[in-house]
Amino acid sequence: MEPVIQITREPLNREALVTAVAAPEVGGIVIFEGVVRNHARGKQIRYLEYDAYPEMAEQQIRRIVEEARQRWGAERVAVAHRLGRIEIGEASVIIVVATPHRAEAFEACRYIIDTLKTTVPIWKKEVSLDGEAWVEG
Amino acid sequence: MKIRVRYFAGLREIVGQDAETLTVPEGTDVAGARALLVARYSRLQPILERSLCAVNREYVPADRVLQEDDELVFIPPLGGGAA
Repeated sequence: MEPVIQITREPLNREALVTAVAAPEVGGIVIFEGVVRNHARGKQIRYLEYDAYPEMAEQQIRRIVEEARQRWGAERVAVAHRLGRIEIGEASVIIVVATPHRAEAFEACRYIIDTLKTTVPIWKKEVSLDGEAWVEG
Repeated sequence: MKIRVRYFAGLREIVGQDAETLTVPEGTDVAGARALLVARYSRLQPILERSLCAVNREYVPADRVLQEDDELVFIPPLGGGAA
C-alpha cells in the first residue's frame, strides 16, 4: 500500500491509522505514540508547540518509510505528526507498522521514529513555567 | 537573480516573517546567502551557524551554488528527544 503520511494541526486519530494499515495478511501491528510529557530537563512543561517545514518533512518521512520497506519488508505503514500547540498527555506523533510477523513491525517502527527525530524538519518548543525555548539536540 | 527564503521555528521568530525574496548575484552559494542574511539580521548568526541547509527540499552542503527561484531554508538543530 501507499504509506499514509499526515502532517496536521488537528488531534491525531490512532484508530483511523490502525484501520488504514490493517489487512488480511497482517499478523502484527506495532504502534508508537509519542505523547507530551509534563517535565523535561528539570523544567515543568506547560505545553509543547511544534513547527515544521511541511513539504520537506513529508518528503523525508516518505523516504524513511521506503527504507523501512526495503529493510524489513514493512509494506503497510502510517505516520502522523501533529503541529501547533499540544497539551500534556496528547499525542504529537503516531507511527503504525503492520507486517505478517511481529519482529519486522517492531524493528521498522523503531527505525522510523528514531530516524524521523533526527532528520525530518520538525521542531518543538517547550513552554514551561520559566519561559519558552526551541529544543535543540 | 532572485531566490526564495522560508523561515521556520526559531528563525521565523527572529526574522518576524515566514518568507522573503532575496536578490543575490549569479553564482552565490548557500554560504554566501547565509552571510547576506546575517548582515541583515545579526541575531540570526548563532542559530545559522548551527543550522543545516536545504535547497528545494533537499539537504545540501554550504557550497551548493544557488539558481534562480531556488527555495532556500536553514534547518536549525532538530529537537530529537531521548530515545
